[in-house]
Amino acid sequence: MSTIAPKFRLSYFIKSITDNAFWAVLLLTLIGIPFVMVILFYLQLPVLGKRLLDPYLALTTLADPSRQIPLIKSLLQTEFFKIAAFPGFGFAALLAAGTIFVERKMLAKLQLRVGPFYCGKIEGILQLMSDGIKLLSKEIIIPAKADKPIFWAAPVLFVATAAAFVSLIPAARGGWVVADADVGLLAVFAVIGFFPVITVLSAWSANSKFPFIGGIRALHQMVSFEIPLILSVLGVVILTGTLNLTEIVESQYTYWWIIFLPIGAIVFFIAMLAELERIPFDLPEAESEIVAGWLTEFSGMMYGLVQLGSYLKLYAFAGLFVVLFLGGWSGPNIWPPFPQEIIDKGIEMGPITLRLPGLPLLDQQMLNDVLWFVVKVVGVIFFILLPRGVFPRIRIDLLLHIGWYKLIGLAFVNIFIALALVYAGVLGPGGIL
Amino acid sequence: MSTTSLPPGLQIEKVDERIMTLNVGPQHPGSGHMRIIVKIDGDYIVDADPDPGYVHRGEEKMAEYRNYIQNIPHLERPVIHDSCNVLYPYCLGVEELLGISVPERAKYIRVIASELNRCVYTQYWLAIYGIFLGHSTMFMWPAGDRELLIDMLEKMTGARVTHAYFVPGGVRNDVPANFEDMLLKRVNYFEKRIKEYAAIFYDNPILISRTRDAGKLSREDAIRLGTTGSVLRASGVDYDLRVKEPYDAYGELDIKVNTLKEGDAYARSKIPWLDMLESCNIIRQALQKMPKSGSVRVKLKPNPKGGNDEVYKRVESGRGSLGCYVVSRSTAEPYRVKMSVGSFRNLICMPYLLKGEKLGNMPAVYWSLNYWPVEADR
Repeated sequence: MSTIAPKFRLSYFIKSITDNAFWAVLLLTLIGIPFVMVILFYLQLPVLGKRLLDPYLALTTLADPSRQIPLIKSLLQTEFFKIAAFPGFGFAALLAAGTIFVERKMLAKLQLRVGPFYCGKIEGILQLMSDGIKLLSKEIIIPAKADKPIFWAAPVLFVATAAAFVSLIPAARGGWVVADADVGLLAVFAVIGFFPVITVLSAWSANSKFPFIGGIRALHQMVSFEIPLILSVLGVVILTGTLNLTEIVESQYTYWWIIFLPIGAIVFFIAMLAELERIPFDLPEAESEIVAGWLTEFSGMMYGLVQLGSYLKLYAFAGLFVVLFLGGWSGPNIWPPFPQEIIDKGIEMGPITLRLPGLPLLDQQMLNDVLWFVVKVVGVIFFILLPRGVFPRIRIDLLLHIGWYKLIGLAFVNIFIALALVYAGVLGPGGIL
Repeated sequence: MSTTSLPPGLQIEKVDERIMTLNVGPQHPGSGHMRIIVKIDGDYIVDADPDPGYVHRGEEKMAEYRNYIQNIPHLERPVIHDSCNVLYPYCLGVEELLGISVPERAKYIRVIASELNRCVYTQYWLAIYGIFLGHSTMFMWPAGDRELLIDMLEKMTGARVTHAYFVPGGVRNDVPANFEDMLLKRVNYFEKRIKEYAAIFYDNPILISRTRDAGKLSREDAIRLGTTGSVLRASGVDYDLRVKEPYDAYGELDIKVNTLKEGDAYARSKIPWLDMLESCNIIRQALQKMPKSGSVRVKLKPNPKGGNDEVYKRVESGRGSLGCYVVSRSTAEPYRVKMSVGSFRNLICMPYLLKGEKLGNMPAVYWSLNYWPVEADR
């Protein structure tokens, strides 16, 4: 076996290119074209403006961009767009990426250093991308005695569960939510209930001591903080009389529930920090005690997936806090209205004068809602990140003490406040009387 | 496995099935250059066995093959952040062996360099204590603030760490021009900065709830186990070599010895911080009393030889009493150099302190012992 590279010859090089081109053409004609024809035969093509959207019509949009507008509008109304892009995964992943950047820069400023600085010219804005490429290109090492199927599945399940959590959070009025369930809040807690199971499965399947201890810690922490988390939300449910998250937001158009239930909001926030394994409750990943806790044996993109999942979870929890206590998307109308002239006549654009009627793609109300929702979510995320700069890690017995004694007691106080508000007639089910 | 298949003389250790053995280190973020074999029952530590020796470099043996001057740079390697203090007892011992008296100005410069070095070391120690408790800001702040004093030491000695500044007979070179103003400015700012640590770290309710009553060492046990330095003072023993056995210019300075009665991890972590504040006072006093001019070094003969004599000198380093025993046999090289270090003496009480503690307290108790693995291994 020689390690010396063979001598370069131009004729071989040209031959290899022509060989590859030959096989590409052959495979494309033999497999590709029949495959495309089968798809076109079975696919139900949409009808736009009383015309079937065949591939020919789709290609003509290249010549006339104004024809794309109904196409894009119809795409915006599909379920696929909701799941993949706006209130679902893409939007959450974008906010999560922003969160990671802001966390690193903010923490750096707090600690008198610069943080990511070089990658991407402007304040290290591409650092996350380079980290992602690094994680993708790293080797995935699996412990020899690990339970391989479960160990492989755990990061994927973690991201999937986090994405399921994201799908329940409404972002704007008019059905901008992936799954608008009538039992939305119950569904949220059902999804949250999966996290400890996945954590302890991944920790146990690694067959290693430090992940095992971390997994047991995560199990203790998540299970014991789920109870105050659920109890603190009961106050909101009593006042609104619904479990539907969209309706809970609609009940807060005049007053936010944090005004009437501040104790519930505080309990929810602290329990949320524990569920997210953020400092001071990062015991399952306590570095100086148990290396990296239940993440110890993950390497490469498996670790990256768990990180992605945990930041999606962070966004979803912040969104849930906003929906329950901070009035969701409600806020004054500050988005400028779109000029009527453009909607009717269109704007001129491009080197060849071209009129594009039918803009905007999204209405003013929805954009205003999304703006307020994002502003509030970013605010809550800021307060989730802040303790990392000022608190040390807590110990497991103190953690359980806080969870079982203090927070549950405060959550019951919160429920009594809500009941008192209802029975005194100040507030009734469904909002302000 | 049956015991018959084992080679003669070996037997399998009988361990309760509930007990899990954790090898914390040497490749563990919370161990330093050592290993702690921890046996845990649930979350409680039933046995902790520190296993140092991973960074043994044979400094003492190396000293036997080099003459008195050549020994200076490598004898400070055990604690490069605290290099002046590590070298201090050796220099004092060699001066006594060779019969040299140090100029008055050099004595004060030594005190200043030694106190600056103590602050530099303690800041590093505090940074690691912060990150061991999961407090990343407490890692960055001390690590940044010690740069001030490191820059000052660089101006004085020419090196950021491993200064090789103390030599038998004084200090290697005189202080730079405008030294007093620079030093006073830095020390005052440094004092202001470390007072801010109280708000974020020492008065932090989570830190107090976590380290209070963790790894409690009573006054009697502290004396019986032979601890020294901040560990001893945190258990309420008023013992500081700078006051009890004053060396060089320390006898002429007014030094307050910080003691706390609790003897827990919190008190042990607070004493070095209080010592840093006291160091600032000492530096200001020394600057006032220092002679403004004069020689800073007695010229030695090349390759000096000691008589048939032996000497033991000790100083108060950042980690407690640090002694150096030098034996001379009328040759240019020392016959034997033995260092007695505070780190190792404090490590001895670790199994006693960790027994019965929770696993979460392990880093807090371990690092509160003011232990530097490289110094213990020498």
